[in-house]
Amino acid sequence: MAMQPVKFYQTGTFTVGNRLLDESERSVQANMRRTNSLNSGHRACQGCGEALGARYAIDAAMRAAANRLVAANATGCLEVFSTPYPETSWQVPWIHSLFGNAAAVASGIAAAMRVKGRGDVRVIAQGGDGGTTDIGFGCLSGMFERNDDVLYICYDNEAYMNTGVQRSSATPPAARTATTAAAGPEPGNVFGTGKNLPLIAMAHGIPYVATASVANLRDLEAKVTRATGIQGARYIHIHVPCPLGWGSAPSDTIKVARAAVESGLFPLIEAELGEITDRVRIRRRVPVEDYLRLQKRFAHLFAPREDTARIALIQAIADRNIERFDLL
Amino acid sequence: MRKPFAITLDVGSSLANHTGTWRTQRPVYLDRLPPCNHACPAGENIQGWLYHAESGDYERAWRELVLNNPLPAVMGRVCYHPCESACNRGRLDAAVSIHAVERFLGDEALARGWRFDVGVPDSGRRVLVVGAGPSGLSAAYHLRRLGHAVTIQEAGPLPGGMMRFGIPKYRLPRDVLDAEVARIAAMGVEIRLNHRVDDLLAAMKAGGFDAVFLAVGAHVGRRAYLPAGDAARILDAVSVLRGMEGDERPQLGRRVLVYGGGNTALDVARTAKRLGAAEAIVVYRRTRERMPAHDSEVAEAMEEGVLFKWLSTIKQAGDASFTVEKMRLDDKGFPQPTGELETIEADSLVLALGQDVDLALLDGVPGLEIVDGVVEVDANMMTGHPGIFAGGDMVPSERTVTVAIGHGKKAARNVDAWLRGERYVPPEKHALAAFETLNTWYYTDAPQRVQPTLDAVRRQSTFDEVIGGLDESNALFEARRCLSCGNCFECDNCYGVCPDNAVVKLGPGRRFAFNHDYCKGCGLCAEECPCGAIAMVPETI
Ligand SMILES: Cc1cc2nc3c(=O)[nH]c(=O)nc-3n(C[C@H](O)[C@H](O)[C@H](O)COP(=O)(O)OP(=O)(O)OC[C@H]3O[C@@H](n4cnc5c(N)ncnc54)[C@H](O)[C@@H]3O)c2cc1C
Ligand SMILES: Cc1ncc(C[n+]2csc(CCOP(=O)(O)OP(=O)(O)O)c2C)c(N)n1
Ligand code: SF4
Ligand SMILES: [Mg+2]
Repeated sequence: MAMQPVKFYQTGTFTVGNRLLDESERSVQANMRRTNSLNSGHRACQGCGEALGARYAIDAAMRAAANRLVAANATGCLEVFSTPYPETSWQVPWIHSLFGNAAAVASGIAAAMRVKGRGDVRVIAQGGDGGTTDIGFGCLSGMFERNDDVLYICYDNEAYMNTGVQRSSATPPAARTATTAAAGPEPGNVFGTGKNLPLIAMAHGIPYVATASVANLRDLEAKVTRATGIQGARYIHIHVPCPLGWGSAPSDTIKVARAAVESGLFPLIEAELGEITDRVRIRRRVPVEDYLRLQKRFAHLFAPREDTARIALIQAIADRNIERFDLL
Repeated sequence: MRKPFAITLDVGSSLANHTGTWRTQRPVYLDRLPPCNHACPAGENIQGWLYHAESGDYERAWRELVLNNPLPAVMGRVCYHPCESACNRGRLDAAVSIHAVERFLGDEALARGWRFDVGVPDSGRRVLVVGAGPSGLSAAYHLRRLGHAVTIQEAGPLPGGMMRFGIPKYRLPRDVLDAEVARIAAMGVEIRLNHRVDDLLAAMKAGGFDAVFLAVGAHVGRRAYLPAGDAARILDAVSVLRGMEGDERPQLGRRVLVYGGGNTALDVARTAKRLGAAEAIVVYRRTRERMPAHDSEVAEAMEEGVLFKWLSTIKQAGDASFTVEKMRLDDKGFPQPTGELETIEADSLVLALGQDVDLALLDGVPGLEIVDGVVEVDANMMTGHPGIFAGGDMVPSERTVTVAIGHGKKAARNVDAWLRGERYVPPEKHALAAFETLNTWYYTDAPQRVQPTLDAVRRQSTFDEVIGGLDESNALFEARRCLSCGNCFECDNCYGVCPDNAVVKLGPGRRFAFNHDYCKGCGLCAEECPCGAIAMVPETI
């Protein structure tokens, strides 16, 4: 198990901090001296899940790496909102190259560090779901296959948000995007398409694969910390709601992410060398509707008429996850 | 500017971009009124003292508690805890056992000898308090803390009022009561025992008092008209209970009838059992649901073998038997006679039909308004006679120890203001921390801790305390079940969930602040605050 739950300290493991806990048992985000790797002044939308997820992940990695860390970043919202020339919000060594080659750039940095005898420096590559599951997939698969010493973090907001919400291979069925209109007999993204990158990463047999969510900070930090300490290729896939692209309220970002986890639509798992080793159990199970209704990209499932058939199909996906990953 | 190889942008350069200008609403920290505090008749800051108890700082918790109530060890035992009925946690699993933690703190204070300090210089003003019941003691304590010289005149031989001469020992051990009263006396409050006040104005004049607080309680047992034979043994409940404090225990016999449906009736019946009665039967004209007695006390009485005859009135008393008539409830819920009679053998009948106030000491005091046998007071606890304040059972009220203590506090603040020629203005109340303002996802499941109870045999033969206290680990656990409704408990959620790093953590005990240069007004902090201590308010542009 990645994380030891803290029992009965009023709010247990669920809040960011806990004044009753020893400093060492609190989360990185609770610390007054956290890195704030992605600092104020960035131009992400209000309530951006990706900005939040990136700070959660990189701050945890910075602590785990004793502040010796380099991050390569794919093009996408995360790069564009954080680094409009001449400004940057990054407070870690950070490099940007292209939309599709973050994994390859990171592999190169790792090789350079090895040659320089700087085995202490940890290397991270990060990007959106488009940059990861689509255009950057070749470079990523190569990084996995060579077992390069890189931690790749994908911030999955389930579409190409930076260019105006186009469908990616991580867009869920029925979701409306700019390229999957909510029109016709099968509105929104087509059922039966897309790919599950965590499972594909596992198929490479790499040392570590995990999924995480901005709705479960303690779990996310534990996984990043764990991954930072492992040598070889590692992959973490973080679910990050996008208020703009999903049509959710900016204040609901964590609520939406939580509903994805608690419904079973986004399972939180861990795997080593291709085998699943752990999962976070659902705490208070909710129907997928609780997740879908919070987002306008699924509005056509509820109006003008409730599309019970397609909602049932989505529920079936959640049910299958629950069974497959033993989430209850 | 020249930069090292591959370095193009300066760290911290994004701070030039003040994203706070995007904001149309801003978060504000607030303290809402927790429902427990709101429901407490003594005005305790329950959430406030639980907060300190949670960190194991019991002395600080106790000091926060006694700012409002000087009798926590008593209160944790006898209060009917309306706070727990209001507690938001009750809608999650079970209410916080507030009374049990309060009792723990009260007992801890007695065990460790924590004392009250006065802390302000003497005002030079003298206040007379009539009656050393909870209301009088509370008023004396608060007046003393405000620097006034206080004398309590008490008719009885010992202080405590109904806490001593009403509430039985098995619910409130006398060493606890004695110790908490002694702590008030140690502040320099003079308690003159066996000093009945017969003429209030004369007593005020004789002692040179600037103001008075009356708290004489309600001690005259109400009688019912009952045709009775000469040998019928009919007693009233308060006399029986008062008799328990004397050298000679009341003789009730083997079979005892108690007439009435309030807590007093139950206390008498439970006392009779302990005195050796084979049967103690409570006779009440309505049903159990309509009994004014608290459910827990009915349950405890039943556990001890007290019997109940619902829907019954006593018609007549013979030598060793009583005639009982069956009643039925009409559509309005009032009991109506049915004419069905029954004879019950019994050695005695105890009437527990309520108490009236003995107002003889107020004869000749002008300006007083007396309605239904109790003295009217205004919102500042002052009677119609300037400078004479009153509270507790002798004014219109619910007649509980807690209400009496609350009256004492409120009166003290008003007496203090009045002595300075001012009017006491209470601080404005915060908006209620309703359950809907909480984000309950964050609270861990934690079942309520249960207090131990005495075994059945000892409950029927001794006056040992029935309900035990929580030990330290359970009291701590119970305190930590508090949700801290409406008041920041520094969980760091706002600091963590802000995507813009616009929440500044100020350090332990100092809470947080917003950095408005970068806060975009997304509202995530407010949404994810477990205890509802952040509100979003529209920006004025
Ligand atoms: C049997 C019984 C059980 C109860 N149990 C509970 C309980 O569990 N919880 C609860 O909250 N409430 C309980 N109550 C109610 C509670 O005891 C009273 O509401 C409370 O004590 C009222 O406080 P008080 O200060 O107004 O008056 P009292 O407690 O009645 O005190 C008045 C004092 O004034 C003195 N006095 C009277 N006249 C004079 C005079 N002329 N001069 C000088 N002194 C005078 C009396 O001797 C007495 O000491 C119970 C009541 C009874 C009768
Ligand atoms: C080769 C190439 N094609 C297209 C683009 C335009 N482009 C920039 S970001 C982006 C989408 C990014 O989507 P994703 O990786 O999911 O990140 P997000 O913005 O959603 O966080 C695209 C298509 C590009 N920069 N390079
Ligand atoms: S949870 Fe705590 S603050 Fe809220 S009502 Fe209960 S005791 Fe009071
Ligand atoms: Mg994306």
